Amino acid sequence: MIKVIFVSADGSRRSVEIDEGLTAREAALFNNVPGIDGDCGGVCACATCHVHVDHAWINQVGLPEEGGMEDDLIQFAEGATETSRLACQIPMIPALDGLVLHLPKLQH
Amino acid sequence: MATVAAQETVQYKSVDSIPLGEINVANPHLFQNDTVGEYFARLRREDPVHYCAESRFGPYWSVTKFNDIMAVDTNHKVFSSEAKLGGIAVQDMHSVEGALELEMFIAMDQPKHDQQRKAVSPVVAPSNLLLLEPTIRERAGAILDSLPVGEEIDWVKLVSVELTTMTLATIFDFPWDERAKLTRWSDVTTASPETGIVESFEQRRAELIECAMYFKGLWDERINKPGGNDLISMMAQSPATRDMPFLEFLGNLLLLIVGGNDTTRNSISGGVLALNQNPGEYQKLRENPALVASMVPEIIRWQTPLTHMRRTALADAEIGGKAIKKGDKVVMWYLSGNRDESVIERADEFIIDRKNPRHHLSFGFGIHRCMGNRLAELQLRIIWEEILKRYRLVEVVGEPERLLSNLVRGITRLPVKLHAL
Ligand code: HEM
Ligand code: FES
Repeated sequence: MIKVIFVSADGSRRSVEIDEGLTAREAALFNNVPGIDGDCGGVCACATCHVHVDHAWINQVGLPEEGGMEDDLIQFAEGATETSRLACQIPMIPALDGLVLHLPKLQH
Repeated sequence: MATVAAQETVQYKSVDSIPLGEINVANPHLFQNDTVGEYFARLRREDPVHYCAESRFGPYWSVTKFNDIMAVDTNHKVFSSEAKLGGIAVQDMHSVEGALELEMFIAMDQPKHDQQRKAVSPVVAPSNLLLLEPTIRERAGAILDSLPVGEEIDWVKLVSVELTTMTLATIFDFPWDERAKLTRWSDVTTASPETGIVESFEQRRAELIECAMYFKGLWDERINKPGGNDLISMMAQSPATRDMPFLEFLGNLLLLIVGGNDTTRNSISGGVLALNQNPGEYQKLRENPALVASMVPEIIRWQTPLTHMRRTALADAEIGGKAIKKGDKVVMWYLSGNRDESVIERADEFIIDRKNPRHHLSFGFGIHRCMGNRLAELQLRIIWEEILKRYRLVEVVGEPERLLSNLVRGITRLPVKLHAL
């Protein structure tokens, strides 16, 4: 199991666990963490799983490929920043144990 | 023309007796008499990516299954929305001499699409919508309170159209007494003379110029008046949009009006019809009004207000094992994908408490995914919450009438009777 900490827009923190190989989107949805919609089913097509990766973690997580689908979608997300990612595109691997993700107030 | 119409109304004994090659699901009559579902069911079973070699819209591919549609919608580098290549509907967009050409980013490719969408998107982002909610709710309540109880009325005319116009007027902070202009301009924007809405392209042009002047007036008024969470103030004051060339501003404005007009109107009507056809679901809703939250996306799936979006292939490609050639017209039938049993459980049933109700195709997916999706959901949520506070039953008391269109899935008349709580 890999640990993920979600920080909601009001500052409250939830620590959850998820099986290796699933994504940060499932980490939220399977543990009923509010703030991620994930309408397209996790196939990088809707951007309703937008998260801000904590600055301390952005190097391990990495940035989306420039000009790829994730990059194309993130530009339209409300309040997108340089550490924005789509949670369905972050596979949970052991190196990300303890990952901190900040949730936007609402998903567009 | 007469022979085409005659061909299109030919009656077969059953859908299964038609040779596959002769199936033309873009025939608008199939939508008006609401039989197109049987055709889509057969295509999903027998030929999910189907080629229609001959139709009045020219040859086109029909993509009918959920995952194939998703694959086309998310491959914007190969499947183009560009107006000059024909645009976004099975019926080609034509440039017409004398018509005012409005450019809208729904029919543009990257990079221009991205720049424009980014600039306009914040005005319909959820945090801005929260500010508008109380006004929309109050006005929706007033419209519902004005309806007669126990008499037969046309729900489309008195409620769906009124509520949609009211919301548009609210989000633009449009002069209240003149709000009918918005509905008119929306109709005129998409009209050509054969629709009967305008008599000529000159008339269309003249009305759109009047529209442009009107909005220019509002823009000038608001550009130096700080504050205001209406769309015009936001666009006039945001650095991303305040220097937009005026015709571009007008194109974007009209896209917001057109995008949210018929679609929302028909979702309001479609919801009433669906609940009447499924009285068990209506009962569930009365017992637990909190189900409005999951019912709203289910109504939008069920209605599928835009039956399809079309793309043009910029290169050879493969979908569902079929070879698509560069230049081919590819139609994503959202209405069919939304009934695809292999992805949506009990897809042919209207169920207001689904587990993943937003997993539907009605808003499209990818970079063109509906920008107004949260606004559409907000309107429907408010309307249903307010209906449930006032009426025990909105009873459909006659046959609905449907629009003759292969793009807008519309209900033009819906006789109902209201029953008090
Ligand atoms: C239930 C109501 C609605 C439905 C079913 C709907 C459906 C759609 C669909 C199918 C698309 C194209 C998606 C694609 O090509 O992948 C779209 C795009 C769009 N819609 Fe909506 N829409 C609705 C309400 C609204 C509202 C209320 C607005 C107004 C703010 C709006 C504004 C837009 C805009 C601006 C686009 C273009 C997005 C782009 O090209 O990037 N829509 N909509
Ligand atoms: S769930 Fe749709 S993009 Fe991540």
